Amino acid sequence: MPKIVIDGKDFEVEENLSIIQACEVSGVEIPRFCYHEKLSVAGNCRMCLVDIEDARGMSPKPVASCAMQVSDGLKIHTKTQRVKKAREGVMEFLLINHPLDCPICDQGGECDLQDQSVAYGLGGSRYEQNKRSVENKDMGPFIKTEMNRCIHCTRCVRFSTEVSGSDEIGAIGRGRDMEITTYLDIAVKSELSGNVIDLCPVGALTSKPYAFSARPWELKQTESIDVMDAIGSNIRIDTKGNKVMRVLPRNNDEVNEEWISDKTRFFWDGLSLQRIDKPYLRENGKLRQVSWNKAIDVASEKLLNTNPEKIASITGDLVSIESIYSIKKLMDSIKSPNTECRQDGSKINGGREKWLFNSKLSGIDESDGCLLIGTNPRIEAALINSRIIRKSKENNYSIGLLGDKSELNYNYDYLGDDPSIIYDLIDNNNPFCEKLSEMNKPLMIIGQGALKGDEGEDYLNLCIELANNYNFLKNDWNGFNVLHTAASRPGAMEIGFLPGERGKDLDQIIDGYKKGDISTLFLLGADEIEISEKTDCFVIYQGHHGDKGANIADLILPSPSFNEQNGLFINTEGRIQESIRATFPIGEAKEDWEIISLISKKMGLENIDNSFEDLRSSLFHSFPHLADIDMCLSGEKLPKKIERKDIKQHVFKNSLNNFWLSNSITRSSRLMCERNNISVKTIEGD
Amino acid sequence: MTVKRLDSNQPDSFSFNKEDNDLIEKILKNYPKDRKQSAVVPSLYIAQKRAGGWLPEKAISKVAEILEMPKMRVLEIATFYSMFNLKPTGDHFIQVCGTTPCWLRGSDKIKEACIKLVGKEGEVSSDSISWLEVECLGACVNAPAVQVNEDYYEDLNYENMIDLINNLKNNKSIKAGSQIGRVSSEPYNVDNKNA
Repeated sequence: MPKIVIDGKDFEVEENLSIIQACEVSGVEIPRFCYHEKLSVAGNCRMCLVDIEDARGMSPKPVASCAMQVSDGLKIHTKTQRVKKAREGVMEFLLINHPLDCPICDQGGECDLQDQSVAYGLGGSRYEQNKRSVENKDMGPFIKTEMNRCIHCTRCVRFSTEVSGSDEIGAIGRGRDMEITTYLDIAVKSELSGNVIDLCPVGALTSKPYAFSARPWELKQTESIDVMDAIGSNIRIDTKGNKVMRVLPRNNDEVNEEWISDKTRFFWDGLSLQRIDKPYLRENGKLRQVSWNKAIDVASEKLLNTNPEKIASITGDLVSIESIYSIKKLMDSIKSPNTECRQDGSKINGGREKWLFNSKLSGIDESDGCLLIGTNPRIEAALINSRIIRKSKENNYSIGLLGDKSELNYNYDYLGDDPSIIYDLIDNNNPFCEKLSEMNKPLMIIGQGALKGDEGEDYLNLCIELANNYNFLKNDWNGFNVLHTAASRPGAMEIGFLPGERGKDLDQIIDGYKKGDISTLFLLGADEIEISEKTDCFVIYQGHHGDKGANIADLILPSPSFNEQNGLFINTEGRIQESIRATFPIGEAKEDWEIISLISKKMGLENIDNSFEDLRSSLFHSFPHLADIDMCLSGEKLPKKIERKDIKQHVFKNSLNNFWLSNSITRSSRLMCERNNISVKTIEGD
Repeated sequence: MTVKRLDSNQPDSFSFNKEDNDLIEKILKNYPKDRKQSAVVPSLYIAQKRAGGWLPEKAISKVAEILEMPKMRVLEIATFYSMFNLKPTGDHFIQVCGTTPCWLRGSDKIKEACIKLVGKEGEVSSDSISWLEVECLGACVNAPAVQVNEDYYEDLNYENMIDLINNLKNNKSIKAGSQIGRVSSEPYNVDNKNA
């Protein structure tokens, strides 16, 4: 480990660090614009200049600390007169063409340029000529551009190549004529484009939906978890009063690194649209507002007076573990076996190893090859796709796709969309097998689309067989991954919200709903099931948005959305994370646990939770490992030998066809609809 | 240097002919199979020739398609290098060297001649001639010099530049190289009858 001296103090730092990184871990601040930990080094802003001194003496001129590695015995000076002057000079040049419009700039208060010019710049300007002016670009509904402010750090350009893989943003021209733009000024199509807003060190790229709505110091910040997909991105929800103003990523290298998808970043306008704020009861075919007492009476009466075999409950994609646990307790105590959380119809079950992303998200970085089965990671988990993009740029990293062909922003070997091709892979009968057998740490990512239908479970077993035939399962490596699309699914699977003994699964419940075998159906935020027409079955919908579930409901119980109540979620890799309340529920909505406990109380059941803490301690009592928040659950070893059941007419049905409109919140969001229209148009245009 | 952006008038189509494709194929053989983008500059140059001396958007996206590159990256390169023209040029495209040695030897006069007979810099005249001031042509010993399409014309002054442009207009053949009878870059002799 190299020993270095920074400003006269001795430090020992890891090898292969750049000077800027070494200073950062040693607690010495170095100003920078173009350097970013997660992107390649560009070295073009020159703000990070420092003096270095080695055995040969002082360096003849300051060096860019982001582009220089530390070596043993290096002395770094960050406070010399020369460094101070260099920084002032760089700052002055950067400000030559930067407009002084901070009072009307959205970046104000969280602007790197603003902060650093206060800390390292000169007080005034000596520049008397006209400033350069650049036309603003249209980058779509999310990114607002003010290109006069651009300082050409190229962070956004590097991001679009290295992280989003879409290569949409570039710098044309050179010198003072350089401009950041998209090809022919078209909207950015990437699912991760919003991250350039955070990356931009100035106010050139800002958030269009958030424009001019708040200043950073007015906002209350809540550190929470995202539920738009099953990655469980760490987010910060910024609120003003009781309104969510914006969503930003939090850094968590294990999960979302520094990024979030555009859906996570911009879903929030859906939180104030189409909300269910009061209980409703359907009378003579029309929904009518009722009091909570009446609603609870009706619900408890229905649940009491229906044969438990004819009661079914389905939980949705955005529901926390506590909520699912409370309805599970209710269903268990009335002995209804028809409980289902897999509302997309996938046939996962059994031990965790069979439905978790076993390699963990960080395992993607270790892998040396990847096989995608029945999945489109770009839509289902944009951040997993981003990790694969990063790997795909390495030499000899091969990717195979078995499933629907789609643009994933990297090249892959397309194996076909016939599920039975897996037999060829198992029997080493496919050109891709050679590549598979050469991999030491291969990844297999199985989408929910591969596991739907009657033969879904058999297909999962075939995948396990395939995994055993290659290097997917080793003592120190488990590359067998099932990718979830619903944030609540792994949590619901963990506490076992699955059909009980002789219980009906999703298809049978839907069938029963149509034929009359189910006469009371309890939907807890379930909006993605394929029921559209009403039947005689009494449907209770507990949720927050007037969407598909509320459409067929006879009784609607308003509950808060995920950002309005606390709750635990398990992400696709098995990480337990807590979502924290950022705003208060809308209208008369009551928290999920409270509604269910009121119903239980009315029904005269035992074991009623009187508070959220009660519910949580009862949950931790039954599932003690869930109390380890931020820990990752893992499964047993996958079986070596599984009896093969051949598939006959299995087909891949991608679980998400639309990235933007995947749940009830985003379907209510104007922004998401606008963005969705753009992608529909461009697909037609291509 | 002028701001380089795509021209507002774009042709409807662009395609390479077989010769071009063979040439690009040959250039691609110099590089590993998964590093096709290495051939982007020569490919763009071939495209520029095929499109008549400039790069329309269709040509840029064609090159991107052949080299399996994002269009944005090819556009960046096309706008970066000054030898790629993004606006139409005339059949006779005069590139006037304006860098120091040529300037010292009177390139301003050459530009004057161009303005007089061809018109504004960068605009195509009715008889399809255009001119542009460029950076060093590397012909400093025979300064001032201009490049017309593929050929260099050197040792110019106002008068013989006027003759040169008139000859271009009348499609008369002109001898390339020194316009005062110098052989390559032999010592400049004041007693020379052409001086």
